[in-house]
Amino acid sequence: MNIPNAPLVEIKDLWIEGRADETWMPIINGASTSLNKGEVLGLIGESGAGKSTLGLAAMGFTRDGVRISKGEVTFDGIDLINASADTKRHLLGKRIAYVAQSAAASFNPAHRLIDQHVEGPVQHGVSTRVDSVKDGIELYRRLRLPNPDEIGFRYPHQVSGGQLQRAMTAMAMSCRPDLIIFDEPTTALDVTTQIEVLASIRDIVEQFDTAAIYITHDLAVVAQMADKIKVLLKGDEVEEADTRTMLSSPKEEYTKSLWAVRSFQRPAKPSVPAGSVPVIRVKNVTAAYGKIPVLHDISFDIHAGRTVAVVGESGSGKSTAARCITGLLPPIDGAVEFDGEPLPRDYRQRDKMQLRQAQMIYQMADTALNPRKSIGEIIGRPVEFYMGLKGAQRRERVRELLNEIELEPDQFIDRLPSELSGGQKQRVGIARALAAEPKFIICDEVTSALDQLVAEGILKLLARLQDTLGLSYMFITHDLATVRAISDEVVVMKDGKVVEQGEKAEMFRPPHHPYTDLLLSSVPEMDPDWLTNLLAERGVENIGDAAVGKM
Amino acid sequence: MTFDNAFGDLIAFFGGAGTFLLALGVIVFAGFLLRSVGQMLDHKGETFNEMPLIIASILAILLLAAVSLFWSAFFGGRATLRTIILVVAGIALAGWLFRYLGQMFTNNAPMFRDMPYGVAFGYALAAAAVIGGVWLYFQENALFFRWAVQGFILFGIGAFLFRLLGRHVGTTGSKKLFRAMPLTASFGIYIILIYAVLAVFAGVIAPHGQEEIFTKVNVLPGGDPALGGDPDFPLGTDQIGRDLLSRLIYGAQNTVGIAFATTCLAFFLGGSLGFLAATLGGWLDQFLSRAVDVLMAIPALIFALLLMTIASAWAGSQSWLLTIYMIVIIAVIDSTRVFRLARAVGVNIVVMDYIEAAKLRGEGLSYLIFREILPNATAPLLAEFGLRFCFVFLTIASLSFLGVGIQPPLADWGTMVRDLAQFINFAAFSPLTAALPLLAAGAIALLTVAVNFVVDWMLHKSSGLKE
Repeated sequence: MNIPNAPLVEIKDLWIEGRADETWMPIINGASTSLNKGEVLGLIGESGAGKSTLGLAAMGFTRDGVRISKGEVTFDGIDLINASADTKRHLLGKRIAYVAQSAAASFNPAHRLIDQHVEGPVQHGVSTRVDSVKDGIELYRRLRLPNPDEIGFRYPHQVSGGQLQRAMTAMAMSCRPDLIIFDEPTTALDVTTQIEVLASIRDIVEQFDTAAIYITHDLAVVAQMADKIKVLLKGDEVEEADTRTMLSSPKEEYTKSLWAVRSFQRPAKPSVPAGSVPVIRVKNVTAAYGKIPVLHDISFDIHAGRTVAVVGESGSGKSTAARCITGLLPPIDGAVEFDGEPLPRDYRQRDKMQLRQAQMIYQMADTALNPRKSIGEIIGRPVEFYMGLKGAQRRERVRELLNEIELEPDQFIDRLPSELSGGQKQRVGIARALAAEPKFIICDEVTSALDQLVAEGILKLLARLQDTLGLSYMFITHDLATVRAISDEVVVMKDGKVVEQGEKAEMFRPPHHPYTDLLLSSVPEMDPDWLTNLLAERGVENIGDAAVGKM
Repeated sequence: MTFDNAFGDLIAFFGGAGTFLLALGVIVFAGFLLRSVGQMLDHKGETFNEMPLIIASILAILLLAAVSLFWSAFFGGRATLRTIILVVAGIALAGWLFRYLGQMFTNNAPMFRDMPYGVAFGYALAAAAVIGGVWLYFQENALFFRWAVQGFILFGIGAFLFRLLGRHVGTTGSKKLFRAMPLTASFGIYIILIYAVLAVFAGVIAPHGQEEIFTKVNVLPGGDPALGGDPDFPLGTDQIGRDLLSRLIYGAQNTVGIAFATTCLAFFLGGSLGFLAATLGGWLDQFLSRAVDVLMAIPALIFALLLMTIASAWAGSQSWLLTIYMIVIIAVIDSTRVFRLARAVGVNIVVMDYIEAAKLRGEGLSYLIFREILPNATAPLLAEFGLRFCFVFLTIASLSFLGVGIQPPLADWGTMVRDLAQFINFAAFSPLTAALPLLAAGAIALLTVAVNFVVDWMLHKSSGLKE
């Protein structure tokens, strides 16, 4: 069936529908693309754009409740839409592989990595178990997993997230497929881990001349990985072009707006007058979970009307610091002062007014809003609880708050959280915090679960609220682009210690603490040569977690 | 003498062990042979190459068993076994044929093309079962089967019409609910509604009182005087002349009503304590959980029986007091199961961010439990409610059957089954007589099935499983 010069994958005018509310809703409206051997296609778009659906359709697969209504998908001359289950069974895993977003959720926790790795080659008759194990170890080595001879004999929970993601890439490679579909493989990872995974994926795809479809919503990432980029918006194709053309001269308005997201930056504020009392002062706080110490003697101030970004990788103690401030985790030593007054350590000993002053906005809006309560109830509760407003007054205040977060009150007040998009949910979380009329808000990774455009909207909203209401923010994040956009001051944390702190402008100017430097250098940039240059400059041993390990 | 005996035992033991070891050796050798042959025939395949000897030996045992079965069926004159083997082989062949013909005639439509053989076999088996059912239906002495089929069809049609009604009458929300409802669920809801109506309006619907005694005893059901029936008592009368139809209807009121009250009490107790343990944690959680463990360690029915015996001594001659005691006893015993569920669901909800947000707001315990946790736990609790209702209901029926439950003259299905139980012996020559105890038993079974259909549906909905 091998026709010379024919594309490996060809998708022609593909229409896909999903079943919701007793009708078929369109998901993909007439997408076409083709992919040659060894080529990488980047699929980008916000959530709900149909990226993953299109990626899966390239395997001839649809999720439950989804159907291909018309169009063609051919892989190496085989019509995947009308292929029998038997034909597909021989293709999937062997010639087409898939790398899922969350490796931690995709590995079977009951089996060792290597046992899951060899399943494909053995079942497809590509190689015997013994050969496949050897090959697996070789792949682990090429993907630069630490301790490649032994890591495969561990269970998924004994391996870190970034390592799992690479083990999964190795697994996808085990049959040397012609096509791999990467579905947001680095979205859940820290920047320092992400860069390592990116480097190894790119390396291995080049080595074996594998074609790949790389799905992501991060433009800078796709710029490093893809030969050509396709932009999707709500199931419609926006445009497709090779990476360099796409980055330098996007044609469509939507693509341009995606590109512009990263340019949002607030004007610098005048520095804090000496001797002013900070809204929140964290003074020599040491905290522990049980007997395991997490925070060691950390101190920082947050002044009125300013944003302090707390940066660091996962496990560095950013969120624990927030828990100490709110009183959820009473510190062992040190104090948290509010307007110069020390707060009781445990939140249960704080009075209503003290609780009201410090509010929190959470990372996952899905778990932060009670799914059984309407938006009106969720926002109305703090209004009633703190302000004592009832009935019509309360409803009026809720409507005001909804207006403030740019959601139409008549449309949203009676909806449930499940009827909102991710960005709208996050806005409701902000409104709930505002309802208490606090002075100080902790934003815990509020934009990391959102698409870039939506995240930008949230950041702009937070900035506007700060300017009008004079709020102070503690902004916990691992995304340095966000820090650049919104913060006034930066606190860098590592292993429960404050490594560096100061004004934003100073932080982004050398000389840095080596860790700050590593964080800054790991943030992907829009330049398609960025990763290549970085690797050339530093070498594979000095990027990402490998470099952290050396510190 | 003792010495001789011991010696004999020793020889017998080693003799037995020797036989055993010999057999083991033969089997392992057979397994080894099997594996070698497999490796020779299929030298590329992984199946035989990496097969441990023990698996090969087990395969050998299975193979030997199959061969000996066939031998005794076809050469040892076991006629029944032969029939079974032939029928299974016939179904297997029919399944294969079905799939093959399907592929031929539909021009390889995806349904037949991608059908695994197991599914094809299942279709053939179902077809065989239907044919067998039809055959049994027309057999002269399969009276109960005929009744069951007729009842099933009747209720099935009723449920279908009920669902049709629900799809066209009511609010938009309820119409949508009925449209997405499987027939089993509408069957369940339909039956439960009928029972509820019977229980609530028992006094109006029942032709006679539950304690009324007539002169005609042991009238057979059917209402046909030629067969020993009486048109006044369509379902017959019991040994002391009480109308069975009326007692069945009043039984719905007593049994179902008491079971409902008991389940509600069990959920109130178990649910609130479970959520409390989940929210507060610490020593209270430990104390409550261990107390529940202790209660659960005692077999439920025996425990209930024991407590009921004590309670009946306390209650003396006041039978209503005994009923109250029974409700409390069963509720406490069953609340242990509810506690465990509520606690398990609760601890999963308590770690959510919105609970943390409510705690940081300074909300009290009752707001946390009833306004934040409870609304999110309703789906699993509701499903458990249906299941628990069935268990409570069966416990009451068992206790009444054992004579410590609902006290006569109140009608109760468990007591009715016990009182009429001896008539089951007449099934061989007088099916109508044997039907007497089966009426109440059938009422219990039907309600249990109906509730479980509804529970399954709710579980399916709450778990978000889609086809």
